Amino acid sequence: MKFLDRFGRATAGFFEYAGGLTLLSAESFGFVVRARIRVAETISQAALLGVQSLVIVLLTSLFTGAVISLESAQQAVAYGFSAFVGGAVAYGSVRELGPMLTAVVVAGRVGAAIAAELGSMVVTEQIEALRSMGLEPSRFLVVPRLVALLLMLPLLTIFADVVSIVGGAWIAQVYAHISYESFISSVRESIGMRDVLKGILKAFVFATIIAMVGAYQGLSTRGGAAGVGRSTTFAVVLAIILIFISNFVLSFFLFG
Amino acid sequence: MSEGNTKVIARIEDATLAFGERVILKNCSIDIVEGAITCIIGLSGAGKSTILRLLDGLLLPSAGHVYVHGRDICHMSEEQLNKVRQKISLSFQFSALLDSLTVGDNVALPLREHTRLSEAEIRRTVMDALDSVGLVRAYDNLPAELSGGMLKRAGFARAIVTRPELVLYDEPTTGLDPIVTNLITDTILRLREKLNGSAVVISHDLQSIFAMADYVAMLFEGAIIAYDSADGIRNSRNPIVQQFLSGSEIGPIPI
Repeated sequence: MKFLDRFGRATAGFFEYAGGLTLLSAESFGFVVRARIRVAETISQAALLGVQSLVIVLLTSLFTGAVISLESAQQAVAYGFSAFVGGAVAYGSVRELGPMLTAVVVAGRVGAAIAAELGSMVVTEQIEALRSMGLEPSRFLVVPRLVALLLMLPLLTIFADVVSIVGGAWIAQVYAHISYESFISSVRESIGMRDVLKGILKAFVFATIIAMVGAYQGLSTRGGAAGVGRSTTFAVVLAIILIFISNFVLSFFLFG
Repeated sequence: MSEGNTKVIARIEDATLAFGERVILKNCSIDIVEGAITCIIGLSGAGKSTILRLLDGLLLPSAGHVYVHGRDICHMSEEQLNKVRQKISLSFQFSALLDSLTVGDNVALPLREHTRLSEAEIRRTVMDALDSVGLVRAYDNLPAELSGGMLKRAGFARAIVTRPELVLYDEPTTGLDPIVTNLITDTILRLREKLNGSAVVISHDLQSIFAMADYVAMLFEGAIIAYDSADGIRNSRNPIVQQFLSGSEIGPIPI
């Protein structure tokens, strides 16, 4: 009986969470579609959530491209396929690692920030104050963060793709003496604009996941400072899990 | 809605509300008289703040009704409730100012969102509201830069800036020294006169309550057990009211 009770509660909790997340997302996208967006706040959030993530995204991407190049160049030189190193780096970066690693880094930084900020606002009654003034917290707080991430994550992904290839070219040149011309030529042969666009499409999905999970988790915070901590951790963990799952599903349908 | 010579602006009727197994209000009823200050007293955790949240539509009772201007708000959509909330303001216990905005922007928020006033008009109205609570010089300060009493008064300014018909004050004097408590009490009285409106005040500070209340209601075990003029409550023969007012440990209130 205890097991059934626990199972029942867990199932009900899952559907309650999924339902709440879906409703908040639908409400927020409803405001976006009706163009009820606070422009100044959105720009401010874009700077806060996007621009300030740039350095960490660039560093991560640079060394990701470099390590792919390092691993593949070693094998390629040994077997005489050095002309394909650029393709290997670009293929991995643009289609998979660029969008996904950027999203994971941003989820860790921005998803946590959204959950912590909104969670603190819940425990200090600021969200209730907004409602008491007749303002919808979803339009006032969630929509600017959602739109800011929808704008910034694809841009960050493009930067990540470019820097990853640059890092790969640098290591290929230094470590395996593969010329930049040969590397870039291999990149051009391996990927096209469609691959880049599919990667950007992934970024839109990941941006939605990070913003909505962070916002929902923040707005559902209960129990003071400890509750804010729990919300923040859970928002990051759940967003990263959902990014990995959706990346697989998207890759299956886009590239499969 | 009117009872005799008095007009009722809001009414809670037989409201019951529980959080899980814990019953907060049980068949609770109270009238809020127009143009008067109604104070609600009761033990800590008795559900006084819950009554304010019912009046503002932030919480809905599981049974019973809440009327504002004769309209039951329990069955309203969030959109309809938002319109009602523009005529009722809630001043929170810890002010609940948005900590990312300056005091001026906090007070301006309802005006920017609900009116088509120009920025110059908004600034003028905000300055007027801040002047009413003696905080004009705090316009550009962030909430974190204010003292407890200043925060409360900034919360008042935000609550009155739209000139609401009913202002709800949640424990406005809790945690403040006697001088600031007097200042806050005077401010509530002045604001009522300025707005020519109604107010509900929740407080434990009996001196402050009897200085401002037209009516006093006592909440006990989820229901209003006494409701009268300030003098009527002061002279009440109800043993629960008497024990509460005297602060005695001996009496019918379980400690």
